[in-house]
Amino acid sequence: MAFLEVKNLHVEVEDKKILNGLTLSVEKGQVAAIMGPNGSGKSTLAYVLAGKDNYKVTEGDVLLDGESILEMAPDERAAKGVFLAFQYPVEVPGVATMTFLRTALNAQRKTRGEAEFSTPEFMKLVRETSKHLGIDQEMLRRAVNVGFSGGEKKRNEILQMAVLQPRLAVLDETDSGLDIDALKIVAEGVNRLRSPERSMIVITHYQRLLNFIVPDVVHVMAKGKVVKSGGKELALQLEAKGYAQFADEAA
Amino acid sequence: MPAVLETVEQVRCIDVDQYKYGFVTDIESEKAPKGLSEDTVRFISAKKSEPEWMLAWRLEAYKRWLTMREPTWARVDYPKIDYQNAYYYSAPKKKALASLDEVDPEILKTYEKLGIPLREQEILAGVVRPEGERRVAVDAVFDSVSVATTFKEELKKAGVIFMPMSEAIREHPDLVKKYLGSVVPTSDNFFATLNSAVFSDGSFVYVPEGVRCPMELSTYFRINEANTGQFERTLIIADKGAYVSYLEGCTAPMRDENQLHAAVVELVALDDAEIKYSTVQNWYPGDADGKGGIFNFVTKRGDCRGVRSKISWTQVETGSAITWKYPSCILRGDNSRGEFYSIAISNGHQQVDSGTKMLHLGKNTTSRIISKGIAAGKSNNTYRGLVSAHRKAKGARNFTNCDSLLIGHECGAHTVPYIEAKNSSATFEHEATTSKISEDMLFYCRQRGMSAEEATALVVNGFVKDVLQQLPMEFAVEAQKLISISLEGSVG
Ligand SMILES: Nc1ncnc2c1ncn2[C@@H]1O[C@H](COP(=O)(O)OP(=O)(O)OP(=O)(O)O)[C@@H](O)[C@H]1O
Ligand SMILES: [Mg+2]
Repeated sequence: MAFLEVKNLHVEVEDKKILNGLTLSVEKGQVAAIMGPNGSGKSTLAYVLAGKDNYKVTEGDVLLDGESILEMAPDERAAKGVFLAFQYPVEVPGVATMTFLRTALNAQRKTRGEAEFSTPEFMKLVRETSKHLGIDQEMLRRAVNVGFSGGEKKRNEILQMAVLQPRLAVLDETDSGLDIDALKIVAEGVNRLRSPERSMIVITHYQRLLNFIVPDVVHVMAKGKVVKSGGKELALQLEAKGYAQFADEAA
Repeated sequence: MPAVLETVEQVRCIDVDQYKYGFVTDIESEKAPKGLSEDTVRFISAKKSEPEWMLAWRLEAYKRWLTMREPTWARVDYPKIDYQNAYYYSAPKKKALASLDEVDPEILKTYEKLGIPLREQEILAGVVRPEGERRVAVDAVFDSVSVATTFKEELKKAGVIFMPMSEAIREHPDLVKKYLGSVVPTSDNFFATLNSAVFSDGSFVYVPEGVRCPMELSTYFRINEANTGQFERTLIIADKGAYVSYLEGCTAPMRDENQLHAAVVELVALDDAEIKYSTVQNWYPGDADGKGGIFNFVTKRGDCRGVRSKISWTQVETGSAITWKYPSCILRGDNSRGEFYSIAISNGHQQVDSGTKMLHLGKNTTSRIISKGIAAGKSNNTYRGLVSAHRKAKGARNFTNCDSLLIGHECGAHTVPYIEAKNSSATFEHEATTSKISEDMLFYCRQRGMSAEEATALVVNGFVKDVLQQLPMEFAVEAQKLISISLEGSVG
């Protein structure tokens, strides 16, 4: 069985059906790209995996490492290794990024029955990780995402991922709003985290990101389900011809 | 369970029974007979071996009180208080200790349970720290009598007087006569007048001209006897160019019956003087059904009497069933400045009506108000503030920022600002926001691994950060803990 198994998932939000029998598996160590037109349900899938409120699963299941996670609270899933890099990272006024990270990391470790990080250990970890991502220390003292530029917010998401070391990372349009240099830095950050023990779902609209983060598989979503899967060349095909070619398959 | 529901659920079952400090210390005490009469006032005065003038002052207040009515304008609702069914004086039997070693071990144990910072416990236990380290002097008010005063010697060297009010009345009658009631007159309001008649004890601080008090002064209040009203009276005077920072922290043991608390605090800052007064208030809030808990009617007022003087109030209010409290500043001296920083958290069935008054009388006086109200459970949280500029207060300036945060659907937050400018050159700015705790923010935190409880505490701590920063370091850490504790049990 694959590390992540999404089986025939039907999801409603406020009585609106958004996912329509979505089936997807991601192997351990695999990097899967998900592409698809606006409104096809990519972010919805990401939220459902992370356990966001108000998303009603009417049918189907999600198994992580063979275990259904649908009844688990978001923090429980996080402790099991689910990480979501948000398409729109949330601002948390008054809470220093450093404090936020540390609270998160120690909360996860506590849930897993692991020892908490000491302050010096933690500082060292964050300092090294942020250096790779071109994040300066001053930014870590600022409140989470408050007044961050679009690119800084995205980099901050990757920093959190690098510190939390998830087993399943879902990156929702992490490339949007990044200039070309930032894109490279973020992609490098992601590539550094590629490991046989870690699965990733990279949601994007652009082939460009996939030049840097080369996916093992590409899935195309339309109208709430996966309509086509293939190798990395599928992304190139989309870039050339657009989504129209798959419209029929979703119907 | 989806997160929104869960949050509501959390808040609904916030367990006020978890109140950590609900215990009763077993020491014998001596009480005045139940009820309030001229005899009660005489009994208290006699117990404290007070001079005749003090008794006369109390009696006059008592007579005045008989003609007054309890105020009803605040947004608080409580059963009628039977003033004849309470005790007005209670003191641990062992008193007037010569040294700290003589402090009743029961009392020391109480401090331990209260989680008084180790540093201060050490001080109470008489541990000597190397020179130069920052120290805190504790004047412990246990029930009604101050049982221990520390660091007296060092303060004495600096010329600072820091002692129980009852002692100051005997040892420094001139200072007491000059300043007591000069900021909050005996006729000020129902509760202040009651306090003037029956006040039990409190702290007296005098910092002489040009002296910067060498340490932060700190007092811990405890209510211990069932049915005993607490009537602290505190008076702090900073003479010309003096500076003092005073910390007040309260916790109280669990009780079934409501307990009346009516304190009066008076601050006087002369020319170029500065007083910083910080409070962490954690009286027993009552049980899950709203039963029991302290009724806290407090009159706190500072008088910026001198030019360029400054008074700053910082408060973290998490306890009490009823809070009725408006630390204020009279900005009398030209160029004087008043500040009010407040965090008020209400949960369960708590009712908070708190705020400040900034009365601009002098020229170019400035004031700043930052208030953060957090309401959870079925509580009600009201900010009530008055900013006024007198005709002569040319160039008066005020900045007010009131933010309220709601957790759950059954609580209420209210903002009642009064503004009176009798002077066209006054500039008053007012900002106010009310928001619900953001589900997106909580989800973001929880996605990163925090429990609903940790996420709420983190978001709330972020919300109040501007005020927390105003607190002295030790207090800020304690206050942060208290904020988490007071939102505890919010998750099943
Ligand atoms: N809370 C909600 N209430 C109502 N409709 C919603 C809600 N959340 C999502 N939707 C709808 O569900 C559909 C899928 O949205 P989703 O955000 O998952 O799309 P997406 O594939 O991520 O799109 P994009 O590429 O623009 O990010 C959209 O039509 C959207 O309007
Ligand atoms: Mg999206």
